[in-house]
Amino acid sequence: MKSLDKKLFRDLWHMKGQALAIVLVIMSGISTFIMFLSVMDSLMLTRGRFYGEHGFADVFANCKRAPESLKERIAAIPGVALVETRVAAEVKLDIPDFSEPVTGHLVSLPDDRPPLLNTLYLREGRLPEPWRDNEVVVSEAFAEAHRFHPGSSFGAVINGRWKTLTVSGIALSPEFVLAVRPGAISPDFKRYGILWMGRKALGRAYDMEGAFNDLSLTLSPGGDAGEVIRRLDRVLDRYGGFGAYSRKDQMSHRFLSEEFKQLQQFARIFPLIFIGVAAFLLNVVISRTVATQREQIAALKAFGYTTTDVAVHFVKLVLLVVALGTIAGILLGIRLSHGLGNIYMEFYRFPYFLYVLRPGVVGLAAGITGGAAVLGTIHSVWKAVRISPAQAMRPEEPAQYRKTVAERIIPAGILSQPTRIILRNLERRPVKAFLSIAGIAMACAIMVVGEFFGDTVNYMVDIQFRRVHREDMTVTFIDATSGKALHELQGMRGVEYAEPFRTVSVRLRSANRTYRTAIRGIAKESSLYRLLDEDFRVKAMPEAGIVLTDYFSKVLGVRPGENIIVEVLEGGRPVRTVPVAGFIREYLGLMGYMDLDALNRLMREGHAISGASITVDERLQPSIYRTLVEMPRVAGAVVRKDEIRNFYDTQAESMLFFTFVATILAGVIAFGVVYNSARISLAERGRELASLRVLGYTRGEISYILLGELGLLTLLAIPLGFLFGRWLSDYVAVAIESDLFRIPIVIESATYSLAASVVVVSAAVSGLIVRHRLDHLDLVEVLKTRE
Amino acid sequence: MNTTAQHAGSETAGIVFQVRGLTKVYEMGEVKVQALRGVDWDLAEGELIVLLGPSGSGKSTLLNIMGGLDTASGGTVTYRGKELTLATEQELTEYRRFQVGFVFQFYNLIPSLTARENVSVVTEIAKEPMEPENALALVGLSERLDHFPSQLSGGEQQRIAIARAISKNPAVLLCDEPTGALDSQTGVVVLEALERVNRELGTPTVIITHNADIAAMADRVVHLSNGMIVNIATNAARRPPAELRW
Ligand SMILES: Nc1ncnc2c1ncn2[C@@H]1O[C@H](COP(=O)(O)OP(=O)(O)OP(=O)(O)O)[C@@H](O)[C@H]1O
Ligand SMILES: [Mg+2]
Repeated sequence: MKSLDKKLFRDLWHMKGQALAIVLVIMSGISTFIMFLSVMDSLMLTRGRFYGEHGFADVFANCKRAPESLKERIAAIPGVALVETRVAAEVKLDIPDFSEPVTGHLVSLPDDRPPLLNTLYLREGRLPEPWRDNEVVVSEAFAEAHRFHPGSSFGAVINGRWKTLTVSGIALSPEFVLAVRPGAISPDFKRYGILWMGRKALGRAYDMEGAFNDLSLTLSPGGDAGEVIRRLDRVLDRYGGFGAYSRKDQMSHRFLSEEFKQLQQFARIFPLIFIGVAAFLLNVVISRTVATQREQIAALKAFGYTTTDVAVHFVKLVLLVVALGTIAGILLGIRLSHGLGNIYMEFYRFPYFLYVLRPGVVGLAAGITGGAAVLGTIHSVWKAVRISPAQAMRPEEPAQYRKTVAERIIPAGILSQPTRIILRNLERRPVKAFLSIAGIAMACAIMVVGEFFGDTVNYMVDIQFRRVHREDMTVTFIDATSGKALHELQGMRGVEYAEPFRTVSVRLRSANRTYRTAIRGIAKESSLYRLLDEDFRVKAMPEAGIVLTDYFSKVLGVRPGENIIVEVLEGGRPVRTVPVAGFIREYLGLMGYMDLDALNRLMREGHAISGASITVDERLQPSIYRTLVEMPRVAGAVVRKDEIRNFYDTQAESMLFFTFVATILAGVIAFGVVYNSARISLAERGRELASLRVLGYTRGEISYILLGELGLLTLLAIPLGFLFGRWLSDYVAVAIESDLFRIPIVIESATYSLAASVVVVSAAVSGLIVRHRLDHLDLVEVLKTRE
Repeated sequence: MNTTAQHAGSETAGIVFQVRGLTKVYEMGEVKVQALRGVDWDLAEGELIVLLGPSGSGKSTLLNIMGGLDTASGGTVTYRGKELTLATEQELTEYRRFQVGFVFQFYNLIPSLTARENVSVVTEIAKEPMEPENALALVGLSERLDHFPSQLSGGEQQRIAIARAISKNPAVLLCDEPTGALDSQTGVVVLEALERVNRELGTPTVIITHNADIAAMADRVVHLSNGMIVNIATNAARRPPAELRW
């Protein structure tokens, strides 16, 4: 079929602009598809490999102090494979030239052998010498944030004693792929670091020689984590155990899992939109191309070409376009994957990024576009060959037009003739018009969703950091201490006001559902930490009962007035039944709240506090921090402003990336849809427009007929796009909500205007290109040849 | 000269087309157009027929049905013993591919293919075709092989359509106004080509025309009016196209 193939290439060349627009849309669809899915696969693979090679534990536990001999007993629990005991402590750090509060999590390394579990991946330098109490290996993200290298040194307050620590090496650990300070909402590489020190040295500093306070273990094949945890809790009970937990409650692992879940949702939503739009465009272009070639098809049929021959011819044409788009999409997708991968690697400290692109992913992407395209083609060809060749070869009868609704409503004389042509044309083919509108609306919707994340994050930060938290600094004590500590803080120079709080690790239980979290006890009439109800009104803390984050109603299935069981995981470990006093709206994390005195009564511990929220004279903040570092009972301090800044710092890059990708893609789609509609209209109506030119209409007037129609479609599409965007945002928000965070649906008007602008600009660009063609319409040629 | 349709024996050897009671009704919404109202007619082996009739009399419709391009509303068309009206889609396609050379009234060239390629698009699927160049030479288009339809005059486009029809060495040639856009001089060239194919290869040929002068080159002249054959005239002798003037 040599000649037919020539026809194929020439037809393709003739519609190269359109083909390019489709290639771009397919490319966008395939590349996002590949990006999300392959990054997810890659992160999974990387995580799996890292966990495997570095012995990431299955179960974790902490206690006050347990004798090393307990290890044997724990190892004997059925289902336990390997057990590793450690000493771990939170320390205050004093980093040169960094005057903000920094917390370090200090973990021991065995002196005489490599660790069995959670082994380090050493990036630089060496492990600390076993006997040296002034050498540490530091986590990579922390080291990078402070430009530490082997040999760098900084101050630390270890068990109340100020010490200079020297960096011996820089390492990564499967336990701290994402190092998040307990209670924080995002990683803070500057203000939270992991430090590893020899067991003997650390044990001596904390009076833990021959004892441990941190334990991790792996399960033997078939080991039941739940059962092991239950037994472990019983064993550690006497030693001040804080409740064992499995991987799924391990901070770093949990954040990773949530991120994977989110990626998976994105991978499900966005590429489908793109591939959908691409398939739709292909379908429109193909069916209309086939329609314009209806006489040629009839001729081919008349010569004895079979329907299959004709179908194959057009399928080849389509597959060529799809193949180009697919290949470009795969290449771009791989590039974008690395971009996204790099962003994740900033957060998630893996020693390597194992990139995988499963052939199945490529196959699926190509299959969806190719399949949609081929089906659309076959459908159009079938429609074209259904009529007998004799019939199809006759010039098409003039289309049936009639007066439009708009014309009947709007008095004659207001609408110009070209405007009437536009309206009649739209009314004559409402489906076509609707599909174009839908396509453009999709572009708009993608923009809205892309921008929506920024809006929602701003909103969450505003609620969480400005309306709930109102302190300047949060100070935490090493152990729950007496209320005297509060007076000590209040007496400090520069501290304006201090308000106590208490946090207690608990396991909440309702029926057979449990959730490990903390209860925060809040002082009566607290002004620095406020609970907000569903409508963000300040909610008074009830005297009795527990107030829960609203998402608990889903997680535990409890309702106000019902009782839940609170298993305290520290101190005397009491187990109490507490009525649920109400719910509050919170987007981050899941917590319980109680009146401070009520919580203390529940603990049977008199008046104890775990920390305080304070407001300070800003000018004195550095000196306040100096003093805090030196106070033995102070475990650490967090400055609210730093926390906000850090949150944006860590989120900004990924948010920008998403916005950037969304903007480009939305632009491509808007351009693709508008340009294709314009070109097809031009092909279908070139004769009509040329005739009008011959009759004396100006270029401007005929451009108006064609482009005015598209302009109208674009304008109609924008509000629809807002609606789609809003739905999609809703969908995304629900799809990725978790106990770590829920996303409020907040879309700023700036987002809507940006989305509309991107669509309008893309449409305008394609309009200009078509206008250029219209200006160069060859009247003679158009009138002479019959398409 | 006969004034009624000739009823040859129904199983006569040497009959290429046997048309019996052929009707065609076009339905366009409520309007029905009766394009053919019972046509009876035979085309014998080797014959060259000229089909005359006023515009709208059903000439193209008849030819289209004979060429397998359209379906009849009633009656039968038998081609060399095979009833076209009963043929399956696949049989019709094969019939068009291997038997019929058709010249369309509106040329129907493929705009994205050159003159040569417009011919080869047909020869590539034929059994024993001519070289496209030779077919184009027969209609005097050797100089225009690589031109696209849009670069050719209407008459030149029409000649490609004719070259395309004869290039596959068809078993039967059906030409719908092959000279409609041609001046008499070029028209003669084209008719000579058709006549030569008919004479040398014995290809039965039907030529539709509005031009009564052309009738002289035919064996028989069929007059169609208002969907019916009103007259079939037999020429005593065929005049060579070169002698025709209009
Ligand atoms: N597809 C169609 N739909 C409706 N009516 C048709 C169709 N094709 C032909 N007709 C009608 O059938 C009648 C015969 O048409 P046909 O094309 O056979 O005429 P013709 O003799 O070839 O005329 P001309 O010399 O103008 O080509 C005409 O009245 C025409 O309008
Ligand atoms: Mg005709």
